[in-house]
Amino acid sequence: MSRDKKGIFDKMNDTNLLLTITIVIFFLMYLGAVIFQGGGFTKPQMFFNILNSNAALIITACGMSVVMITGGIDISVGGVVALVSMCCAVYLDKHNGSIIGSVFIAIGIGILYGLIQGFLVAYLDIQPFIVSLAGMFFARGMTTIVNTAPFNVANEQFNALKLTRIYVPGMGTTNKKGIYVPAYVEIGVIVALLIVILLFVVLRWTKVGRNFYAVGGNKQSALMLGINVKRTKFYSHMICSTLAGIGGYVYFLHVGSGSASHAMGMEMNAIASSIIGGTMLTGGVGNIIGTFFGVLSLSTIQNIVSSAGLDQAWWTGITIAAMLCIFLLIQSVVMAQKKKALKN
Amino acid sequence: MDEKKVLEMKGIDKTFPNVRALRNVDFSLCEGEIHALMGENGAGKSTLIKVLTGVYTKDAGTITLKGKGEVQIHSPQDAQKLGISTVYQEITLCPNLTVAENMYIGRTEGALTNWKKINEAADKLLKSLEIPATATQQLSNCSIAVQQMVAIARAVDMDCKVLILDEPTSSLDEQEVEKLFGLMRDLKKRGVGIIFVTHFLDQVYEVCDKITVLRDGGLVGEYEIKDLPRVQLVAKMLGKELDDLSDIKGEGGTYEGKDKDEKIFEAKDLQSNAGIKPFDFYIKKGEVNGFTGLLGSGRSECVRAIFGADRVINGTVKMHGKSVKINKPLDAMKNGIAYLPEDRKKDGIIQDLSVRENIVMALQVLTGFFKPFSKAQQYAFADEYIKKLNIKTASADTPIKSLSGGNQQKVILARWLLMHPEYLILDEPTRGIDVGTKVDIQKLVLELAKEGMSVTFISSETDEMLRTCSRLVVMRDRKVVGELSGEDLTQNKIMSTIAGESKS
Amino acid sequence: MSKTDKNEMSFVKKLVSNQLFIPIMALLLLAVINLINDPGFFKITLGTNNAGNPVLSGYLITILDYGSELGILAIGMTLVTAASGGQDISVGATIAIAGSAMLRVLCGGNSRPTEIQAPIIVAFLVACVVGMLCGAFNGMLVAIFKIQPMIATLILFTAGRSIAAWINNNELPIVPDPKFAYFGSFIPGIPIPTTVFIVIACVIVIAVVLKFTNLGLYTQAVGINENSSRLNGINPTFIKFLSFVILGICVAVAALIKVSRLSTINYSVIAKDIEMDAILAVALGGNALSGGKFNMWASILGAYVIQFLTTTLYKFNVSSDALAAYKAVVVILLVVFSAPTVRDYMAQLSKKFTNSKKEVA
Repeated sequence: MSRDKKGIFDKMNDTNLLLTITIVIFFLMYLGAVIFQGGGFTKPQMFFNILNSNAALIITACGMSVVMITGGIDISVGGVVALVSMCCAVYLDKHNGSIIGSVFIAIGIGILYGLIQGFLVAYLDIQPFIVSLAGMFFARGMTTIVNTAPFNVANEQFNALKLTRIYVPGMGTTNKKGIYVPAYVEIGVIVALLIVILLFVVLRWTKVGRNFYAVGGNKQSALMLGINVKRTKFYSHMICSTLAGIGGYVYFLHVGSGSASHAMGMEMNAIASSIIGGTMLTGGVGNIIGTFFGVLSLSTIQNIVSSAGLDQAWWTGITIAAMLCIFLLIQSVVMAQKKKALKN
Repeated sequence: MDEKKVLEMKGIDKTFPNVRALRNVDFSLCEGEIHALMGENGAGKSTLIKVLTGVYTKDAGTITLKGKGEVQIHSPQDAQKLGISTVYQEITLCPNLTVAENMYIGRTEGALTNWKKINEAADKLLKSLEIPATATQQLSNCSIAVQQMVAIARAVDMDCKVLILDEPTSSLDEQEVEKLFGLMRDLKKRGVGIIFVTHFLDQVYEVCDKITVLRDGGLVGEYEIKDLPRVQLVAKMLGKELDDLSDIKGEGGTYEGKDKDEKIFEAKDLQSNAGIKPFDFYIKKGEVNGFTGLLGSGRSECVRAIFGADRVINGTVKMHGKSVKINKPLDAMKNGIAYLPEDRKKDGIIQDLSVRENIVMALQVLTGFFKPFSKAQQYAFADEYIKKLNIKTASADTPIKSLSGGNQQKVILARWLLMHPEYLILDEPTRGIDVGTKVDIQKLVLELAKEGMSVTFISSETDEMLRTCSRLVVMRDRKVVGELSGEDLTQNKIMSTIAGESKS
Repeated sequence: MSKTDKNEMSFVKKLVSNQLFIPIMALLLLAVINLINDPGFFKITLGTNNAGNPVLSGYLITILDYGSELGILAIGMTLVTAASGGQDISVGATIAIAGSAMLRVLCGGNSRPTEIQAPIIVAFLVACVVGMLCGAFNGMLVAIFKIQPMIATLILFTAGRSIAAWINNNELPIVPDPKFAYFGSFIPGIPIPTTVFIVIACVIVIAVVLKFTNLGLYTQAVGINENSSRLNGINPTFIKFLSFVILGICVAVAALIKVSRLSTINYSVIAKDIEMDAILAVALGGNALSGGKFNMWASILGAYVIQFLTTTLYKFNVSSDALAAYKAVVVILLVVFSAPTVRDYMAQLSKKFTNSKKEVA
C-alpha cells in the first residue's frame, strides 16, 4: 500500500484540519468585510463590540463543544441562560440581593442542571437529546413561573458593574471631532476569554480533557482502555451546564434585565458555532479555539448582513442557516475525501 | 496455589437471562506460558474472558492472582490495575486520538498529560516492536493491522502479568501474524502468561503450550499441547468423534446435466473502485470454484465487484452468454446472483429484525416494493428453511442477534437460498463459526452444486477450499495471478502460486 | 399452582413489554387524574357555535381536535426516526414555510384580498410540493451528504421562519373565504371537528401503505443495518430520502390545519415547539430514537397522550408559558421509567421482594 505518499490530510489530525479551515475562513471573511464594506469594520471597536455582545455565547458554546466532543448534545443551555437571568434579576431587584449572592445563584443553577442532566445521561443511559430537550422545556417554563413579565434591574451596584468598561490600550480611534475614543470591552469578555483559555488547557493537557475525546471517539474502546465512561460523560454535562450558568450571568450583565424570551435559540447558535469551529457532532473531534472563532464568524456574518442594509429580521436567520449549511458540507466533503485517500 | 501459577479461576458461574453461559469452569495460567482457550462458538470462551476482564460480573466462583490473593474484578479498569490486559479482535482503540495517546490514555499518573514524554516513550516502544507507525500520527490514519499492533504495544507496555489475546490474528496477514508470534514468544520469555483465543488450529499448534477446551459453558479439560493431536482437539470441542473431514468431496458426485459446460457467468476486465486490477472470470453451471490468496489480496473485492456491491467502474459482464449490466446489488439479484458477505455482523444480519424477516429479506426485495408477502407466506418460507438448514432458534420471531454466530450464518444462507439463485457467492461463510456448522456448510455447497447451482466459495482455510472447489483463482496484490484445477489443486501448488514462484 | 403463577407472570411480562403499554398506561393515568379532579372532564356536549351550526364540545373533543397536527407529524417523524436514526427538528419551521406558501397562493401576494385567488386544493397542493421540497432538502443532506439528521435539519430550523416571512414579504394575509376555515374547525352540519377526519384519512393512508408495500420492512432494515440492506438490494439513500419527503407531506397537511384554524399566519408563533412534541410522541410510543424497529400506532397514540397532558395542565390552570416546565417533568419521569437500566433495577427489586415473600411463607 502506498502510505509513503502523505498528503496534507494525512499529516494533520481531524481536529487541527477543521480548526485551520475555520480560522482561515474567519480571517478571509473579516478581511472581505473590511475591504468591501469598510466603515465600521475598520475600527477595532467594531470587533470588540462583537466580543461584548457575544461573550455569553462564547461561554455557552465552549460548554457545548465539550459535550459535543464527548459525543453528546445539550440543547438546554438557552433555557438555562434565560432562567439564570430571570432568577438573578428577581433576586437583585425584588429582594435587593448582593452581587456575590447573584453570582452564586447563577453558578448554583448551572451546577444543579449539570448534576441532574449528567446523572440522567451518564448513569441512566437516557439519550442526551431527550434529557436536554426536557431540560430546555423546564427552564423556559420555570422562567415564567419565577416571573412572567420582563423587567429591567434597577439595583445600583449591579448597574455600576454592568457599565464597567475595560479599556484596551492602543486600540482606540479618533472620532470626527478629534477626540480620542478608547476601545473597550465589558467584564463578560474577560470572563469569556479566561474560560476559553482554561478550557483549552483542560482539553489539551488534562486527563479528564483527553478522556472527553476518547469517549467521543469510541465509547466502547474508551471503556476497554480503562476510562470511566460514565463519569466522563457526567463531567462533560457538568461543565456544559455550569458554563451555561456562568454564560447566563454574563448575558444578564450585558442586557441587565430578566425576561422569559431571553436567549431564544441560543442553544442553536451555540451548536452552530461549535460546528463552524470544527467540532464534529459525531464526537471526538473539536477544539475550543475553533469554537471561539466559530462564534466570531457567526456574529461577523450577522454584522455584515445588517450593515449591508439587509436589515430585515429574516436575513439573519437565513444567513446563519446558509453558513451552517456550507460548513456542514465542508466537513462532510473533507472527511469523505480523507477516508477515500486513506483507502487507496 | 502453585508457585508458578499467575492466575487461577475456580468454579466460575455466569448466567444471562435464559442462558447459563458458564457452569463451574476452572482455568489456570502459569508464568511464561501461552495457553490456548478453545471451544466452538457459544462454548463460553468470550464470556470467560469478559468475566476475567471485568466486563461481566461473575455469579459465583473465585479468581486468584499471584501475589494478590483472591480478587474481585468489577470493571476493565480493575483488571488493568491488577495486571490483566486484553487485545480484542475488533480494534478497541479510539480512532480520533494519536497513536501515542492510544497507548497511554487511561493509565498515566497525575492529572496532566506530558505530551513530550508519552510521545518519546511511544516512539521508543514502537521502534523496539518494529511497528510501522509514529507516535503523533492519528490512529485512523493507520491500517487495521497497525492499529492492532498498537493495541498490543499498549498491552505489552502495561507490564502485564496476564495478557489476553482474543482472536487478534483474524485481520492480520501472514507476515503480521508471524511478527505477532515473535512478540508473543518474547513476552513469554519475560514471564508473561498469555491466554490466546483463536479459531485457527494451525496457530494454536504453532505457539501454544497448553490448551483448555470449553464446551456448552462447561469445562472439558486442560491438556498439554503435545498430548492432544488435532483430531482429538476437534473431537473434544465438538463433543463427538468426528468423521474424517477431508472426505466429504466426491461423496455426492458432481452435477451431470447436459448444460454442464455452459458458462453461467462471465466477466471481462471487471474492475471496481475498491482498488483491484481488472480481472476476467467465468463460472460454469454446477461448478464450485473459489478465489484464494492472502488476506487483503483482493479476493473479497473481486466477488463484491461481481455482485455490484462496490461501484463497478470498468468491464463487461455476461450471463448465459448475453451481456447484462450489473451496477448495484439489485441488478445482480435480478440476474440470479446471490452474495453472502464476508463480514456477517456488518454486512449480513439485520440485528433487530426476526429470523423470519431476515430470511425473506432478499426474495422480498426481489419481488418488489409493492408486493409484500403475507405473514403466513413468510412463516412458511422461514419454517421451511429453519428445518432444512437445521437452524437452532427459539422461533421464527426471535431477533437474529440473539442467535449464535453459526446459526446467524445459516439464516443468511437461507436468505439467499430462498431466492433460488443460479449463482451463489459465499465469501468466508465459515469464518468465526463452530466446526460442526463449517462441515454442514461445506456439505451443503457440494449438494447445491450437484443440483446445478454454480457456487464461488472463498475461505481463509485452504483445506476447506481444496475440499469443495474444483477450480481456484489465485490472487496476489489485488491481481489475479493464476488459475488452478484438477491435478494442480494441492496445498503446495497454491502456496507457490500465491508466493509467485514459477516452479514448485 | 406454580404453573398458573408462571402463566400469569409471562402474561404480565408480555403486556409490559408491548410497545403500546407505556402510552396506554400514561393515557389511563391521565384519565384517572382527571376523573378524580373533575368527573365532568369526560362530558361531551352538543351545542351550537357562533355560526349556528351544531358542534360537539368538551375536553375530549379538544384533545382529539388539537392533537391532530401532532398525530399527523408523528407518522412522518416515526419513519424518519426509524430510517435515519435521528429526528427532524425543522418541522415547526417547515410548517411555517408550507403555510406561508399556501397563503401566498390563496391571497396572491395581496394581504387583504376580497376573495381567494386560487382554489384551496391548488394552494394545498403547492403547500405539499413546498413541504416535500423542504423534506427533500433535509433528506439530501442526511442521505447523500451523510450529515446527522438533527444537525442537517438545524439549517431549516434556523432559517425556516425567516423564509416563511420572506415568502409573504413579512405581511400577514388573511384568507377571506370562510370555507378555508372548515379544515381547522367544523364543516357546517357535522358536529365532529374536521381535523379528526383528516387524521383518520392520514392514518388510513399510512395503514394501507404499510400493509400493501414494504415501506415498513425496508425502513426498519435501513435503520438497523444500512450495509446489509444495501447488499440485499435495498437503496438506503433512497429510503432515507423518502422518509424525509413523506414527513414533508405530513408537514403540509399539518400546515393546512394550522393555517386554517386562524385563516392567517404568525411566522414566529405558528407550530412553535411542535418538533419537540412530535419527537416526544415517537419516544413515548416506545420507539428507539436511535432508529430501527418502529411501531407507528404507538407513536400516534403517543401524540394524543401529549395533547391529553397539555389539556390536563390547562385544566389545572397552568399558564401556557409555564406549561413547558410541567411537561418536562412528566417527560423526564417517563423516560426514566422506561430506561433499560432503571427497568433492570426494578426487576431485580421485585425479584428480591417476591423471594423474601416466599421465605416468609
